[in-house]
Amino acid sequence: MSWSVRCSTLAVLLGLCSTLLPRSANAQENPYVVTYDQFLEEPGNLEIEYFSTYATQRSGNSFHAYWTEFEYGATAWWTTEFYLDAQTTFHDSTVFTGIRWENRFRPLRREHWINPVLYVEYEHINGADKILKEIEGHDVESDFLTPNAEARNEVKNEVELKLILGSNLKGWNVSENFLFVKNLTNEPWEFGYAVGASRPLALKASSKRCTFCPQNFVAGAEMYGGLGDRYNFGLHGTSQYFAPVLAWNVPSGWTLRVSPTFGLNGNSHQFMIRWGIAREIPGFGDMVKKAFGGRS
Amino acid sequence: MKRYLAALALVSVLFAGSPSWTQNQTEIEKKQVRNSRRYSELTKAPERARLRPNPLQDDPEAIAAGRILFEDHCQECHGASGEKGKHGPNLRVPEVQNATSGTLFWLLSGGVVRKGMPVWSKLPEAQRWQLVRYLKSLGTDELIGKVETNK
Repeated sequence: MSWSVRCSTLAVLLGLCSTLLPRSANAQENPYVVTYDQFLEEPGNLEIEYFSTYATQRSGNSFHAYWTEFEYGATAWWTTEFYLDAQTTFHDSTVFTGIRWENRFRPLRREHWINPVLYVEYEHINGADKILKEIEGHDVESDFLTPNAEARNEVKNEVELKLILGSNLKGWNVSENFLFVKNLTNEPWEFGYAVGASRPLALKASSKRCTFCPQNFVAGAEMYGGLGDRYNFGLHGTSQYFAPVLAWNVPSGWTLRVSPTFGLNGNSHQFMIRWGIAREIPGFGDMVKKAFGGRS
Repeated sequence: MKRYLAALALVSVLFAGSPSWTQNQTEIEKKQVRNSRRYSELTKAPERARLRPNPLQDDPEAIAAGRILFEDHCQECHGASGEKGKHGPNLRVPEVQNATSGTLFWLLSGGVVRKGMPVWSKLPEAQRWQLVRYLKSLGTDELIGKVETNK
């Protein structure tokens, strides 16, 4: 069994486990797909997320890219996350496109009017990766025209750094991300950004459990794109996107997200529809400790 | 001889009892020190935060809403009734119950990140005040009445 098939099988099995586990917590998630806010996963909790992107492609085949995230709150100031990426290009093939390991650290002890989070990610992906989890450098739509069989031969080892800034004001969350990416082969630093703002439809919680209460819905918008590279910094030759976002935090512990995404210039995909489903498992760390004979 | 035996018995009782008495005292002192450390964050609330009144103090639904929020976000660490869970401290102790609403709101909003308490400003302010209202009700019988009413 190939390595990619084993990874995909593992992702499916873990996904199934998350649906079978009886315990859950009502998550309170922001609706962003690309932008990160300042909040980390609660310590000991595991969140399993599946995201999907359907994108149109001018002069080429549309594609469906998807990834699974396993996000674990190691401490109240450190969250670690593991990703498995894949994609299907219509009239071409389905390929596994790589893994990512991400860590986010909260350096300050308390909440301030603006809150920084430091982000470090290692990516081992191939050239067929199309999940568009972040836009960097001069990533443009025509990069995706290469057939999968050829694109997957290119292996990329990248380090990605982000400065995440987040603020809360009168129920609104405003987040800004500054992205710095280095392919570990001899390529220049590339830059990107993402900004987002969102707000629950109601700020007070209801006194009864309800599925469709307005406080369970969080709506907003995000904008993201590349900022060129070390030698050619700026918006020229980059792709830019704008996306309304909506999240539904279901009381049973699931979060659903949807985001129609619009390209803002000729280098961008004209239209993408992105959606995700997430399930939070509280006390996962304790369950694992118990399973290995430790004390929770 | 009888006097001698009685004195011996008295001395042995005193000697036998004193270590446990001392031990109890030490345990109590240790507990006090542990508590003062555990709840020391509460004493760090700035004056302005401490004096903030709960805008939902008179909201009749605040406790019931706060209870749902507590079940969703807090009971995993603090236990179902707030009386100490797997990781979080007891919320029914006088240190917490005597703290002002503003202090609890301040702590909830900023967390105690280095000691494992996450930042809860991801909840809107109104929901944090609802949680505070519920937390303050834990030490009283008020909750029972409210919950019954809502059923």
